[in-house]
Amino acid sequence: MKFRFRRAKPKPHISNGILRNSFDRRTIVLGSVQGGVACLLAARLGYLAIFENEKYQLEAESNRVNLSLIAPRRGWILDRHGTPLASNRADFRVDVIPERMHDKAETVTMLGDLLDLTPVARQDLQDKLEDARGFAPVQVASGLDLDRFSAVSVRLPELPGVVTQRGYSRYYPDGVNVGHLIGYVGAASAEEYEKDRDPLLLTPGYKVGKDGLEKVFEKELRGKPGARRTEVTARGRIIRDLETRDDIPGDTVKLTIDAGLQSYAARRIGTESGSVVVMDCRNGDILTMASMPSFDPNSFSDGIGRLEWKMLSDDDHVPLRNKALRGLYPPGSTVKPMVSLAFREAGLDPNETVYCGGGLRVGNRVFHCWNRRGHGQVDMAKGIYQSCDVYFYAMVQRMGMDVIAAMARKLGLGQEFDLPVVGQSYGTVPDPAWKLRKYEREWQTFDSVNATIGQGYFLVNPLQQAVMASRIASGLNLQPRLIHTGKPQHAESLGIPQDHLDYVHKAMSDVVNGPGTAHRAALPMKDVLLAGKTGTAQVVSLSVSNGKTGPFKYRDHGHFICFAPWDKPRYACAVAIEHGGGSGAAYPIARDVMTYLWDKEAAMERLTEYESQWGGTAQERADSRYASYVQQYGVSAPKVSTEQEAEAVRDAENTQNQPQPIMSEAQSPRPEPVASSSANASPDTTDAASGSATSTGQSTQ
Amino acid sequence: MNLMNLPAVFARQPWIVLIPLFALVGLGGAVLYSAAGGSLHPYAQSHVLRFGLFLVMAFVISMFSRNFFRIMAYPTYALIMMLLVLVELVGAVGIGVGSGSQRWLDLGFMTLQPSELMKPGIVLVLAKFYETLPAPLTRSWRGLVPACILIGIPALFVLIQPDLGTALAICFGGVVIMFLAGLPISWFIGATVPLIAIVPAAFFFVLHDYQRKRVLTLFDPEADPQGDGYHIIQSKIAIGSGGVLGKGFGNGSQSHLQYLPEAHTDFVFATMAEEWGMVGGLFVIAVFAIILGWGLRVAAKAPDRFSSLLAAGMSTTIFFYVAINLMMVMGMAPVVGIPLPWMSHGGTSMLTNMICLGVLLAVNRWNRGPSSLS
Repeated sequence: MKFRFRRAKPKPHISNGILRNSFDRRTIVLGSVQGGVACLLAARLGYLAIFENEKYQLEAESNRVNLSLIAPRRGWILDRHGTPLASNRADFRVDVIPERMHDKAETVTMLGDLLDLTPVARQDLQDKLEDARGFAPVQVASGLDLDRFSAVSVRLPELPGVVTQRGYSRYYPDGVNVGHLIGYVGAASAEEYEKDRDPLLLTPGYKVGKDGLEKVFEKELRGKPGARRTEVTARGRIIRDLETRDDIPGDTVKLTIDAGLQSYAARRIGTESGSVVVMDCRNGDILTMASMPSFDPNSFSDGIGRLEWKMLSDDDHVPLRNKALRGLYPPGSTVKPMVSLAFREAGLDPNETVYCGGGLRVGNRVFHCWNRRGHGQVDMAKGIYQSCDVYFYAMVQRMGMDVIAAMARKLGLGQEFDLPVVGQSYGTVPDPAWKLRKYEREWQTFDSVNATIGQGYFLVNPLQQAVMASRIASGLNLQPRLIHTGKPQHAESLGIPQDHLDYVHKAMSDVVNGPGTAHRAALPMKDVLLAGKTGTAQVVSLSVSNGKTGPFKYRDHGHFICFAPWDKPRYACAVAIEHGGGSGAAYPIARDVMTYLWDKEAAMERLTEYESQWGGTAQERADSRYASYVQQYGVSAPKVSTEQEAEAVRDAENTQNQPQPIMSEAQSPRPEPVASSSANASPDTTDAASGSATSTGQSTQ
Repeated sequence: MNLMNLPAVFARQPWIVLIPLFALVGLGGAVLYSAAGGSLHPYAQSHVLRFGLFLVMAFVISMFSRNFFRIMAYPTYALIMMLLVLVELVGAVGIGVGSGSQRWLDLGFMTLQPSELMKPGIVLVLAKFYETLPAPLTRSWRGLVPACILIGIPALFVLIQPDLGTALAICFGGVVIMFLAGLPISWFIGATVPLIAIVPAAFFFVLHDYQRKRVLTLFDPEADPQGDGYHIIQSKIAIGSGGVLGKGFGNGSQSHLQYLPEAHTDFVFATMAEEWGMVGGLFVIAVFAIILGWGLRVAAKAPDRFSSLLAAGMSTTIFFYVAINLMMVMGMAPVVGIPLPWMSHGGTSMLTNMICLGVLLAVNRWNRGPSSLS
């Protein structure tokens, strides 16, 4: 390079003077450059401070001020007397917003230590975080005491994404007793947010109804959120409140339910799997709709953990199914009063008798009565109170199936009711047309035989049975109601002549108070007489199981429908005990529930005695069961995906579309437990058919 | 140094520069007071105290003779190089705090960043080099290669620490001295051509990931507002929201609520501008203009080559700090850890800048004519 330069022009002599000159010139250049930079900086400053001032002022303000929604207090759900079934409790809670977390594992560990979480709770939190969508808050803990709450609050700067707040959480005073009826709440899922783009759904601590009434009345219960403007630091610490707009709590929903009775019924079901529905015969109000075993809505509302899920799915009593609405059972002999009304309407003389020798021969087949020794001469009343099958076998040959199906529907069987519930399985009222439609087969004699004793294709839910009982009791076309209006229901008459009703009422009273099958169902009060009808529905044929003992799933269903007082019906009740081994499992429960309506103390006394044998109330048993699961499985329970959960719930609820196998023969009726003299015998004891049936059975005609 | 001369010494000081400087330090103290939430601790008090202490040091530096500077030039350079090597060794052995990015020596009473000392050091040694270089050789390879080696070695050591900002500052100071020393303009232009080729290559192969991100962020800070763009965005918000007159002393929400990172060190200008507005910002720029203008005038007035190069180089070193820092906080340069002289809290940068000031004062003193000390 130097070489070429020399060629291009001879190298000038450089003196100190030249260098000095060059220095002076170059210093001026340097100074100018510096001055230029100064001008540039000043211009930039002016641009930011003047022209972009408004924009940046806004941004500084949006940095400084945090606008947060205050989740509205959810409306209360009250019973008919104003007792809360679902309320809100002020509490301290901690949530995390996954999107804002930096190191999830570390934050979870730290929260776990600060909040003293059990290994199971930590695992559940981890699961929830894994399933969570970034923006939706995940609950860590609620109902904290001030100490633990403060421990997290002061360390918020180290815990990005963690939100602590004082708020309200849903509280169900009756817990497990109202699980299926009320439902529960939970953080909104992604699908729920898709449907309802309310930013409220993403507010930490806000929960939507997930099941039951909480879900149905979501709109009414929700309320309007409040808002709080706070000054916050970059790390989210709140410096001070600037402005607060209060929330508007959701509307209260008042139910026809009687909280005391509901809890009583739920507890009284005890260790059985079943449901109790109680209705007011004057206005159709549903006083109780209990289904047990159930889930605890208080704990479900905090999210369903692995262990809790395992506990529920291990239970063969299907705690996820609301059996009052979704449980479908052959009603067994509880249809006999209804069938009798159908026969009367078709013109049958109630005094006409049939000889029962333990069976009825039709053609070359013999259809057996549950009492193989026979009932002797049986008229309509005896057919009901002794539950004689042969009487009904014989009469249906003459009267036909269609009159029975029509009456069944008129009394509510096979019907769906206009109720604020998430779903009902309405079952089947079979008739020849139905069978032809469904199976393309002709109606057979054995189909009639099955149907008259509530077997075969007959499937009803407990609510329908309660409605049937209330309609038989009142003669009115009562519609069940869940929402308390305080107004009478102007139900039309069903058009059944009063003397038909009176006749059936008397026969049903005799079931309990006379020579019937359920003496032990008599109420302890002298002045209130109960009228009822037992039912035992077989699940598998006699060759598989006798229905009383053996594997749970093969045991017979037990039913009891009743109303009281028998002559001036006030309340109607239906009890269905799944695989209870027969009606003997059902009517003591009905008796005690009805007793509660007149004499709470006597009823409670009896319940306390039972519960001491069962190991506590339903809530206590559920809690101790959970504790034993924690002991046994700890954190080893498998993770359940949301899809699996949804499928299990569908399975539990999808009773309507379960396949009904085609029947090829008559089902042999199961023995009815017959009145026993020992009133304080254990309710689980089912008296097998014995000689006493015939000895107490009076052949009046 | 005669203590009896003290009043005379004070009388001879360039108060036209020192008084604005005191005002600037005072403003810096006020900003740090506010940044600490209205407290002298931990920033404002130590800031002003350090300034006082280093001001005495600067006056002491200004007392030394030109010859003393000349004699000390190479030894000082060698000493700083040794410290740089020491830092590398300590870092390599892993005695230091953390690993990888080891920049300081813990002296017990303060941490020393030798790379900072190299900024005035490179100016001193190059001024000496060009003074001793015979004038005719200035435009030959002998005027270029030794200077490049003198710049290159410390720059490389600082670069591997890694501290890109300081390495650039050292190079910048050195190149400006070479420019002022009279090296042919064509060389500088010739150097920019390969540089244009090298810069993209260096960007992709030499820079660390985080450094690359910082550069990219400059062009699109909104791409990652919570991550890499955060500093620039928050700084611009602070400055822009301050407006013309600012939000008032102690009312800066960006700094007080910790949205502005490094509010008391690298981004102190944004902290200031938020509360004092554009008026405060223009004041700061004006004070620097006064100081740097004075520095170049001192250089221009200096009678000999050594003094003039020394003064211009010191002035340039300060300029580099100011320019890069202000461009950075206003979103015109990538985020590099360069503090704002006399305003940012921090001992080492205060030390460097006061050394520069002390040297400028010394040259200024030499300019006033023969003194008993020179």
